[in-house]
Amino acid sequence: MLPTPSTSHVDFERIYEPAEDSYLLLDTLSSETEKDFLRTRYSAAHSPSPLVVEVGTGSGVVLSFLNAHAQTILGRADILTFGIDVNRFACKATEQTVSVTSQEQITHDLSHGFYMGNILGDLTNTLKAGVVDILVFNPPYVPTAELPGIPSPGENTTETSFADDSKLLALSYAGGVDGMEITDRLLLSLPEVLSHQTGCAYILLCAQNKPDKVKERIKGWGSGWKAETVSTSGKKGGWEKLQIIRIWRENA
Amino acid sequence: MKVLTLNFLTCAVKACKTTSTSFPLHPKDCELVSDTIAPNPQLLLNVLPRIDWNALIITAGELGFPTLPPTPPTREELESNEKMMTELHTLLLETQISEGSLVCGNCGHEYKIKEGIANFLLPNHLV
Ligand SMILES: C[S@@+](CC[C@H](N)C(=O)[O-])C[C@H]1O[C@@H](n2cnc3c(N)ncnc32)[C@H](O)[C@@H]1O
Ligand SMILES: [Zn+2]
Repeated sequence: MLPTPSTSHVDFERIYEPAEDSYLLLDTLSSETEKDFLRTRYSAAHSPSPLVVEVGTGSGVVLSFLNAHAQTILGRADILTFGIDVNRFACKATEQTVSVTSQEQITHDLSHGFYMGNILGDLTNTLKAGVVDILVFNPPYVPTAELPGIPSPGENTTETSFADDSKLLALSYAGGVDGMEITDRLLLSLPEVLSHQTGCAYILLCAQNKPDKVKERIKGWGSGWKAETVSTSGKKGGWEKLQIIRIWRENA
Repeated sequence: MKVLTLNFLTCAVKACKTTSTSFPLHPKDCELVSDTIAPNPQLLLNVLPRIDWNALIITAGELGFPTLPPTPPTREELESNEKMMTELHTLLLETQISEGSLVCGNCGHEYKIKEGIANFLLPNHLV
């Protein structure tokens, strides 16, 4: 088992605390089946360094894990990574978590990927078309009556009040109708931002998100698009509470 | 944020995405800091084929770095050219933008960078 990144420096009053969903992502990305899939796809000799982008990094637990264990997971350490979050504090926290985790690798004489930083932004809005090889998203997926609304550029620059902090936490879980309003926007952007040749995405869904319908919709994009459940957790009365789907394009 | 990031970002305004002038974003009044990073030729050699070289020429010029050749070196050329290897190491791996802004060449919108984090959230009228 690969070590879980330390997030003891993170302020969980305003940043999502790693939970079952986060750990399901770590376990899935480092599972034998996903390592096989990723190595086959990304570790050919002299192939360009893959770009890994995590949307909604929160504490940075997932991105720092991928960055630190790139050699084990992807079969190469020369990968590029960066993160995006709507929460400025989450961006700062992620930078720190990646730095601590990379340092830990160095102490053990182990390699790590090349982390380029975190960006404050709304989903994939600012990504250039076709650049992402691997996209990871643990979204705000809880069905809610309302959405908190994307912050404006001037919000949360320095100190925040209690109300601001509650809004930041709401941004981390509130998914609107079926818990899918944010995830749906991200899914729609995948055909554009993922690399045509090698792009793939790992998205976490919960049962209320209607994962089967989501997968059907993605396959409906045509031209080789695939979507498969690659892991589940929290079996309750015969149906899984959480699952991760892998989305990719099989080129004919 | 590392300078290399600019090779993967465009303006966040939808209408700008399809214009060629929204990429690369132009650094303005930027403060740079340099991390010390151990040489990593394997990373540079494998990053090379995925770089948009023309965009990198613009970025390097605007940040005051040595002028890059008009076409990217091949893998073999870079491998045997220690000077270029060092220059690219400094520019792509070591240099961070800590403060300043990034400007879209199409709509002119300025994205602020504070404490190394670029803010791509949009004001309501641009969403
Ligand atoms: C469920 S948390 C996951 C955090 C972390 N990746 C983990 O697995 O522990 C969702 C994260 O997405 C971020 N987020 C919510 N809406 C977003 C948006 N529109 N664009 C970017 N990030 C967003 C939240 O701020 C939060 O950090
Ligand atoms: Zn623009």
